Amino acid sequence: MGIIRTENLSYVYGEGTPFRKVAVDSVDIDIDEGEIVGIIGHTGSGKSTLIQHFNGLLKPTSGKVFIDGEELFADKSRLKEIRFKVGLVFQYPEYQLFEETVYKDIAYGPKNMGLSDDDTDRRIKETARLVGLGPELLQKSPFELSGGQKRRVAIAGVMAMEPKVLILDEPTAGLDPKGRDMILRMIKEYHAEKGVTVLLVSHSMEDVAKTVSKILVMNDAKVFMYGDRSQVFARAEELTSMGLTVPQVTRVFDRLRAMGVEFSDEVFSVDYAKDLVMRLLKEKGDVKVD
Amino acid sequence: MIKDITIGQYFPGKSVVHRLDPRVKLGLTVLYIVMLFVASGFLGLGVGVIYLLLAFLLSGIPLKMMLKSVKPIVPIIIFTGILNLFFISSGEILFEWHFIKITTGGLRTMIFMASRIILLICGTALLTYTTSPITLTDAIERILSPLKIIHFPAHEIAMMMTIALRFIPTLIEETDKIMSAQKARGADLDTGNVFQRAKALVPILIPLFVSAFRRAEELALAMECRCYHGGDGRTRLKQLKTAPRDYIALAVTLLFLAAVIVLNIFVKI
Repeated sequence: MGIIRTENLSYVYGEGTPFRKVAVDSVDIDIDEGEIVGIIGHTGSGKSTLIQHFNGLLKPTSGKVFIDGEELFADKSRLKEIRFKVGLVFQYPEYQLFEETVYKDIAYGPKNMGLSDDDTDRRIKETARLVGLGPELLQKSPFELSGGQKRRVAIAGVMAMEPKVLILDEPTAGLDPKGRDMILRMIKEYHAEKGVTVLLVSHSMEDVAKTVSKILVMNDAKVFMYGDRSQVFARAEELTSMGLTVPQVTRVFDRLRAMGVEFSDEVFSVDYAKDLVMRLLKEKGDVKVD
Repeated sequence: MIKDITIGQYFPGKSVVHRLDPRVKLGLTVLYIVMLFVASGFLGLGVGVIYLLLAFLLSGIPLKMMLKSVKPIVPIIIFTGILNLFFISSGEILFEWHFIKITTGGLRTMIFMASRIILLICGTALLTYTTSPITLTDAIERILSPLKIIHFPAHEIAMMMTIALRFIPTLIEETDKIMSAQKARGADLDTGNVFQRAKALVPILIPLFVSAFRRAEELALAMECRCYHGGDGRTRLKQLKTAPRDYIALAVTLLFLAAVIVLNIFVKI
């Protein structure tokens, strides 16, 4: 059994009012430990609602959620423990910063866990390094930092709790390409270093394709599919019909393959594509197309 | 939860109550409040109850929503109830223990005042349920506009109210979001004594203030970009017009008010 499992999970907003809306509709998923998973779907497909169930912020209207084999809401007093197990970084997390210094803000989570000062200090220094915040920034006020830096402080605040599952909701929203790449690289490194489960919610296929190994596609409050990158992107047409796209570079290589060029692998990132093309060019002198 | 606060929450619909001219509706609400305060006995309040139920039924708003609107003021009702119960000493003594004395007069006042407050809140909630905030402030602006002669800033006040009302749901949503975010970081809002709880609110209030100021600044900028420069010379998209139903509603309301006054004079309960 995986670290996150749901059974027939449904959530309805505004039950009994004219604004009633089914946000999550009978979702069954099973995510294995150590996996790095992208959750995609266009706006309003229920991604954000779904992930808020994973640490008990929302109580399912019906169905069950299991974290690490333990049922959520079976025992309410365990909820706080579970929240420490599943770290959730919200959209625009920089809006939750409140402390006088970056250091204190990152310390908020670990302090709530009841860690000693030494432990907290160690974790803050470690996560600050992981997210690329220099030691000189730690004593600054978080409100003095740039947007990208604030975002990284907020993410560090959750990472410092060292959760077994890290969930990030649109961590790159509103950032410039450089800031975006930095955050994604940081998430990848964090996953590689800690070996924990990471869930990355996004509506950008490009972001997801670069970072994750498995993809969960949400559409109209339902899980459309859950599988490896290549399995998901193989259904490019269906994805397009629900307003999602396959990464540009994958599309280019799909076309090339259709034209008869042989590739051993699926292509998801420009870097990989470059390597592949260079290798092919070296092997053959030039690529034959018939 | 925080989402239970319903003041300023519009419930879209097409009922008679929804379609009343907002100026008339405001006037009716004032008359209703007068009715409640004129009523000196339970029979008078009973007339108020009938009026309220009639209005709710006509509006098609579920009665459940009426109860929901009372929920946030339960502490106030309890507080005034206790004050009335202990500090009014008229009528027979029902219970005495040291300095505490409960009398029939106190009990009666407690129930009477509590009913009055509940009726008051339900009635005004109906106004906000059936009138969108924008229409409501429009009406206020129109009602206050004669005061412009004495340089009363009617438009500015109406605009401020529109903005304030408009941002209540946004700020509630924002608070919810920040609360969730801090809870995800292990914030404990539900346990501990008063001081611990107050301290636990700091991580929520600071980001909320910061975002409120940011929003205000962005909104001011956006308004200026669209050449907003106050109310002078502004025309409106929707002109307010009264219809026969407005006069009928007014007549019915006056009838109820008259009934309350008559009951006051002839019946003493």
